[in-house]
Amino acid sequence: MGVEPLPIKPVANDATANRNNHKMMRNPGMPLDLSRVEDIRMNFSALERRTSSISGRRSVKKDYQAAWLLKALSCIDLTTLSGDDTPGRVQRLCAKAKNPVREDILQALGFDRPLHTGAVCVYHDMVETAVRSLEGTDIPVAAVSTGFPHGLSPMPQKIAEIKASVAAGAKEIDIVITRHHVLRGEWHALYDEVKAYREACGDSRIKTILATGELATMRNVAKASMVCMMAGADFIKTSTGKETTNANLNVSMVMVRMIRAYHEMTGQMVGYKPAGGISKAKDALVYQALMKDELGREWLEPEWFRFGASSLLGDIERQLEHHVTGHYSSGNRHPIG
Amino acid sequence: MSSKVAEIFDSMEYGPAPEDAKPAKEWIKARDGKFVSFINGKFVTPDAKDKPEWFPAENPATGEKLGQVYQSTQKDVDAAVKAARKAQEEWAALSGFERAKFLYAISRLVQKHARLFAVLETLDNGKPIRETRDIDVPLVARHFYHHAGWAQLIEKEMPGYEPYGVAGQIIPWNFPLLMLAWKVAPALATGNTVVLKPAEQTNMTAQLFAEICIEAGLPKGVVNIITGDGKVGAMIVKHDGIDKLAFTGSTDIGRLIRKESAGSGKGLTLELGGKSPFIVFEDADQDSAVEGLVDAIWFNQGEVCCGGSRLLVQESIYESFIEKVKRRMDTLRLGDPMDKAIDMGAVVDSTQLKRIDGLVKAAAKAGADVYQTAGCPTKGCFYPPTLITNVGTADEIMQVEVFGPVLSAISFRHQSEAIEIANNTRFGLAASVWSENINMALEMAPRLKAGVVWINSTNQFDAGVGFGGYRESGYGREGGREGLYSYMRPSVDALMEVSAPAKRNVQKGTAENVQSIDRTAKNYIGGKQKRPDGNYSMPVVSPAGKLVGEVGEGNRKDIRDAVEAATAASGGWANTTGHARAQIMYYIAENLGARADEFAKRLQEMTGATPAAAKKEVQMSLERLFTYAAWADKYDGAVHTPPMRGVALAMNEAMGVMGIVCPDDQPLLSFISLMAPAMAMGNASVIVPSTLYPLAATDFYQVLETSDVPGGVVNIVTGDRETLTKTLAEHDGVDALWYFGSVEGSKFVEEASVTNLKQIWVNNGKSRDWTKNDQAEGREFLRRSTQVKNIWIPYGETSGGGGGY
Repeated sequence: MGVEPLPIKPVANDATANRNNHKMMRNPGMPLDLSRVEDIRMNFSALERRTSSISGRRSVKKDYQAAWLLKALSCIDLTTLSGDDTPGRVQRLCAKAKNPVREDILQALGFDRPLHTGAVCVYHDMVETAVRSLEGTDIPVAAVSTGFPHGLSPMPQKIAEIKASVAAGAKEIDIVITRHHVLRGEWHALYDEVKAYREACGDSRIKTILATGELATMRNVAKASMVCMMAGADFIKTSTGKETTNANLNVSMVMVRMIRAYHEMTGQMVGYKPAGGISKAKDALVYQALMKDELGREWLEPEWFRFGASSLLGDIERQLEHHVTGHYSSGNRHPIG
Repeated sequence: MSSKVAEIFDSMEYGPAPEDAKPAKEWIKARDGKFVSFINGKFVTPDAKDKPEWFPAENPATGEKLGQVYQSTQKDVDAAVKAARKAQEEWAALSGFERAKFLYAISRLVQKHARLFAVLETLDNGKPIRETRDIDVPLVARHFYHHAGWAQLIEKEMPGYEPYGVAGQIIPWNFPLLMLAWKVAPALATGNTVVLKPAEQTNMTAQLFAEICIEAGLPKGVVNIITGDGKVGAMIVKHDGIDKLAFTGSTDIGRLIRKESAGSGKGLTLELGGKSPFIVFEDADQDSAVEGLVDAIWFNQGEVCCGGSRLLVQESIYESFIEKVKRRMDTLRLGDPMDKAIDMGAVVDSTQLKRIDGLVKAAAKAGADVYQTAGCPTKGCFYPPTLITNVGTADEIMQVEVFGPVLSAISFRHQSEAIEIANNTRFGLAASVWSENINMALEMAPRLKAGVVWINSTNQFDAGVGFGGYRESGYGREGGREGLYSYMRPSVDALMEVSAPAKRNVQKGTAENVQSIDRTAKNYIGGKQKRPDGNYSMPVVSPAGKLVGEVGEGNRKDIRDAVEAATAASGGWANTTGHARAQIMYYIAENLGARADEFAKRLQEMTGATPAAAKKEVQMSLERLFTYAAWADKYDGAVHTPPMRGVALAMNEAMGVMGIVCPDDQPLLSFISLMAPAMAMGNASVIVPSTLYPLAATDFYQVLETSDVPGGVVNIVTGDRETLTKTLAEHDGVDALWYFGSVEGSKFVEEASVTNLKQIWVNNGKSRDWTKNDQAEGREFLRRSTQVKNIWIPYGETSGGGGGY
């Protein structure tokens, strides 16, 4: 409690200044500070009260809404994580990632910025296919790893899995943490685990999936977030998409507050990725408002914010067409991924 | 050149998100922009011949003129009261079910017109559309639903109580429709009819509400709404045809109303100002506490009577917490209240704006640090979120109610100091406590002098949970069962009549020398018999003219000493368990019983009562002691279940220090009947016994002394009733005063009580038969000995189990 909070610099127009600052994009981590972890308090009812008012407090309309949705789109980790994934399916997804919105819609919006999704997210098996499909773009391939989704494979295999994906060209590695370290309060074990994963990631950015739906309490979510960041997580991510409860505003608020606390403590930015359950454009806007109000403008960029989603893109496309034409759109009018 | 969309893609600014005001403006236009009184089911049409006066209605956010408001006249007020009176009997005679149906219809209609209500309110008041839409209007509908339920149940649930009759209600501008609902719903549910005056600044939603009353088919005259300024309010206050006054507003006006209505016999409840503490401990969820502050002081532009305007932060986290607050302030969006993405709108008018600015400037001049967010609109009545630090408890900004978005922060070292600072105010409306330590948080609640305590939350309201203040924040509750009492009185009150004041008996002949050793009773203060300060005594003469003894003639200094003793004893006594208090009271009965014959003899001698009557009086006194000993551990509060995951505990707390002025009738029994409930509920009292027959009380000293009553819990000062009453009524350290004496005395007590707005119970010169249980004991006495504190306790650790509306 004696540490002076670091001021968050207001972000003006050069929000993308850090985009190519690779160093800034990597969180070096810090020694595990257990007192910081144990001091964390989360009052669930008060938290709910805050999250329940966000959607009522912020509303983005018309051109603003279109622009915000395009930004949301640029933050999507377009994902396929199914047992029946094939190279053909992944190639199609990558094509969609490159051209996520119909050209005529973009023209009607007068949108002249490069536009693609934040990443394509696949299992290790599909990394090579995805990398090849995305050649010539700067769309990173993200690989889920470390025995995704349960994370209970032997440690050497998990490390090897990360290294294999990195070698195959994955620029981002979405690891899953061992949930029982959190449930048993074994923070050292969690810290060591994530640190080891981070080392295995080399130059690729590491996203740590907490599987919040399996962590029982908001305090656990908060503490796990903090430990992961101390261990060098570049992103903290809610869910695998396979738990019964995936991303929601409550866990998001908790994790985002922790990102802010970590930033105040170290000056280091860490990204946030809610995953699973966000399928509507309207919901994406609420998450964006949460990021902007709680963390700041800079955290709206794909460097610091991702949606782990598959069907969100389709809804955004429909909303954008609606914005352009004034009438409601349907799914079959937009190329599928 | 980039398109607008592309530019926004880079800036990621929030754009405008305006709510469409057109339907509301059309609604106003359809009424020619005229807002008038609603009397006997009709809107008045002022006759040009009468040269009606109008004043403008303005949108404080834009300065735009919205219309004009009719300044009602005495004639209008008379007509409204007459209509309400005429309607009342039939309204009260309806079955609960019939009244419930009307209230239900009103709540449905509020929901049906929800958006129009919300937009009108925002236009008129300047508060954000998000709040009117998501908070005010849903709470209004909830209030009518809840009270439709009470209308249905009241007959069976509150036997022995009846409506006052015609209620005169005056409401403020900060929550125009919500305050209307808080006033109208319980009044109607309990069978009263109303004459309500909205604030002069905000009349529109009241107008729409009147239309809804017509739509609901509410009988004519049940709801009357009078437009106009404070002069019209004064007409309502002074009106002879009104039985009950309810006011929400400033403490100054509350005082005026108390004074103005003194002696009128009107019931009165006051919801007044506050300077509520918002207490953050080092083990709190600090981010959530910061959000709590947003809801506490940057809600409704800080124009909230219970707003957490004093921030108390534990010293160990003070600096870092203040930084968090500032960071959050920077993200608050201030601007057009009709914008759906605005956190704070405009304050109600330029007068209020100047007042806020003046207080902040004065604080800055006095050396305080003022932090304000940038980007406050310069047109319209806007004031930025403001944080004031580097201030002390003595600074004006920490003491007075600003009624604006201004938070003053101070640190404390530990829990005891937090309580001390929190209670260091004349007000006592609400308090908010933030700590994850359940032991401490729950212990804070009863120690805070406030009518509402929110644990790890703030500004929560519900129709089922009483709201109202301690101290100069007023009296009476709104909401919940406790709120219904604000609109009902015991049916037996109507049976009592004004009796001629008893005259002092004239001593005939000279005093025969008393049988044994001379005994002049002293006062009983702090558990000791104390010679009266003035060293005068006065004779006690029987109706037959016989001198039966002498008592000390107390003066103001004796009252002062007694109040000091009571104050010293009150905390400990309130904290004594109900069980222990009961034991002591049974013991008093036991010891009085042992001396029953002696007391009966004294009564015979002193009052001329027959032996049977005297014996009965003593017997009933014993019974009454048993009654309240029984109650001591049974007058429980309630667990309210508002629509959230959590509970609100309604605790019946002792008033604190009570003054009790006893009548001359049945001098032992009346004395016991008044002392016992106050004592049972944990109050320390200063009792002035019968002026004419005080020996029953002075003899009682020895009973108290032998019954383990802690010193100071009961203090007795004999002497002239009216002289002693004056000191008690004016004393700022007396929290409540019961006066059973003359008509004039009752009026005087009500007038004098304005010093600290102590809670008053007077008999208006009417006598009650102390031998009749329905008049002389029971819940009404317990209710008058206590005030309800509502403690909101949200709970929950995992997302299961839901809640919410």
